[in-house]
Amino acid sequence: MQDALQLARAQFGLNIGFHILFPSITMALAWILVFFRVRLARTNDPVWRVSYQLWTKVFALTFGMGVVTGVLMSFQFGTNWPGYMRAVGNVAGPLLAYEVLTAFFLEATFLAVMLFGINRVPQWLHVLSTVLVAVGTTLSAFWILALNSWMQTPAGHVIEDGQLIAGSWLQVIFNPSFPYRFTHMMFASGLTGSFLIIGLSAWRLLKEPADRAAASALRTGIVVAAVLAPLQIFAGDQHGLNTLEHQPAKIAAMEAAWETRTRMPLVLFALPNEKERRNDYALEIPGAASLILKHDLDAEVRGIGDFAPDAPPVAPLFFAFRVMVGTGVVMLLAAWTGLWLTRRGAVPARWALWGFAALTFVGWIATLAGWLVTEIGRQPWLVTGVLRTADAVGPVSEASLGSSLTSYILTYALMLISYIVVLTHLAGKGVEVMQ
Amino acid sequence: MTLDLPLVFAAIMGLAMLAYVVLDGYDLGVGMLLPAATPEQQNRMVNSIGPFWDANETWLVLGIGILLVAFPAAHGVVLTALYLPVVVMLIGLMLRGSAFEFRMKALGWHRELWNWLFWLGSFLASFSQGFMLGRYITGFESGFAFLLFAAVVGGGLCGGYVLLGATWLVLRTEGELQQKAIVWARWGLAWTGLGIGLVSLATPLVAQSVRQKWFETSWTFALMLLPAATVLCAAALWRSCGRLARGEPASDLAPFLYAALIFVLAFAGLAYSLFPYVVIEQMTIWDAAAHPSALKAVFYGAVVVVPLIAGYTVFSYRVFRGKARESLYE
Repeated sequence: MQDALQLARAQFGLNIGFHILFPSITMALAWILVFFRVRLARTNDPVWRVSYQLWTKVFALTFGMGVVTGVLMSFQFGTNWPGYMRAVGNVAGPLLAYEVLTAFFLEATFLAVMLFGINRVPQWLHVLSTVLVAVGTTLSAFWILALNSWMQTPAGHVIEDGQLIAGSWLQVIFNPSFPYRFTHMMFASGLTGSFLIIGLSAWRLLKEPADRAAASALRTGIVVAAVLAPLQIFAGDQHGLNTLEHQPAKIAAMEAAWETRTRMPLVLFALPNEKERRNDYALEIPGAASLILKHDLDAEVRGIGDFAPDAPPVAPLFFAFRVMVGTGVVMLLAAWTGLWLTRRGAVPARWALWGFAALTFVGWIATLAGWLVTEIGRQPWLVTGVLRTADAVGPVSEASLGSSLTSYILTYALMLISYIVVLTHLAGKGVEVMQ
Repeated sequence: MTLDLPLVFAAIMGLAMLAYVVLDGYDLGVGMLLPAATPEQQNRMVNSIGPFWDANETWLVLGIGILLVAFPAAHGVVLTALYLPVVVMLIGLMLRGSAFEFRMKALGWHRELWNWLFWLGSFLASFSQGFMLGRYITGFESGFAFLLFAAVVGGGLCGGYVLLGATWLVLRTEGELQQKAIVWARWGLAWTGLGIGLVSLATPLVAQSVRQKWFETSWTFALMLLPAATVLCAAALWRSCGRLARGEPASDLAPFLYAALIFVLAFAGLAYSLFPYVVIEQMTIWDAAAHPSALKAVFYGAVVVVPLIAGYTVFSYRVFRGKARESLYE
């Protein structure tokens, strides 16, 4: 059964990890499209028309990938985790239902108007459709992050007739980690989306330096990223403090802090050794973790030993957290450099364009790393303190799990390769050639 | 007055599933017909479903979502029992959705490849949905005869979707493609008729409770109105296709409406056969229902939001009325 649990976790991780790639782009891209659409309505400048049309197509493609991989998620709960719905369905179910009801139909219907309706509806209605799609993507994020946060830091539920139900929906939705997680995720999407625009516009400019639309899209992306990158670092720090308060074991694992102590060092690099419960080859700054987490050099920080055996594994959290912070710093530096290089409408030099193009999917790395930190950090719980992951897994055989996992991997490989090829192709060719 | 919420949610779930089958059914049918058309016709066929397929697929998420929210105990039982066909369907839907996006942007043999994946995805999704229905009706019994039955239902549903897809094309296309679609619709109708016939004969044999409900009751005579109405619809559909083929004045919407009506009637028969079970012979809707607090929380939202969804869906069909053209972005 242990193997079936691991396979089921691997499959869920693969499915949701593949799915999140696409919403992490569309949530923010939808609002950037609102900006392009409003600029187009105001100025009627063909530059904005080209940008709007190109990025609407990128949006549609990405959104389509998100829809088809998302349909899968609604089945996964039943096929692989029937214990989840049995135990907490009375709370989780309505949140998921509200996502479908308030977001999915809205997005799908008005995306069609955005894509195919520009000559069929009046301009105000077309602008409104663009706004409604953006509202839909944000609502979708709102509900799913409410549920995700509730699983991390459950609140507002009561036990009645032996069933777990919501005592206060407001407390369920606005549970302690929700505001932090929602902000952190929206900023993450903003960075992922803006770096996609930066990277693909740079790619286009490498091929066609005179493309004004690509230059203005590049500038838009850089400005968005330059504003969001420092905000994200601040939001991430606040989220970390919130996690320290509600899920201290997760923080201990992220910092590879094995035992509780004062003057906790900040481990810059190490190989966490789960067996010996220590860090090999550690490079540390004395007291810095106490300073960051408690804003006091001498403060006591709890180690992972305090929480055993209900503690997450250290190495994946330790490394994923460093990857996330590292890519965050890269994005900040790239965005601010870009701000300087594109001042007063300048087109950056080729070396810089190559650098931006290389960063096209950097947001995905940061998002996935952050997601690994937060979800693995919740283990061994599925819902912190309420339901263990091992108690929710279904009776599906290892053979079935193995074959479904393999089929998913093959399908995803085909989809991901095609997606990246089509995206670079779309962006490289520009809009005029495409029509 | 207190509402019987499990009953209300069973009705909403049924309607969402019916909406899914009719709406995504025509998308999947168009997908399965793709190889039978010329490249220019293929573009028009895909364009005819372009503005709709995404929202259509969302009805499936709503239906499954309601199963999950309102009947959490059944959600787990049904979906673990249907594990592999669900995987096949999901992969089919992913292929179809990706192919829709990618074929528009591909040229030459790439587009050809995506056309075939579009077909494959549509077929896998349709067949596995029918297969699941077959497994579901028989209470997931194991044994060769039950699997064969499920496969027949799978094949029958493919025929039904082809019928919906073809009649949709009659409505949404013109000229040579429309004439082709009329022929497809008649083939689809024959195929569907055979499927419904086989399933109707076999179901009482493999599912005991269904037999009791239809034949061991004083209502049997009244219940026979249902198959009678289905035959009438089929005849009317056949005739209206004939009038259109001969160029006589006839509504190009009528075949699709008759096809949809056949699905509504089949659905009514199915609902009657199953009620009040959500897992046949094992779990009624009241056994499986979630806590009233969860049902109420969703009910109030649904009362507000579902009319809105209906409203903008109608709006969308109004915006995109008329015949499909070669380019989507006119």
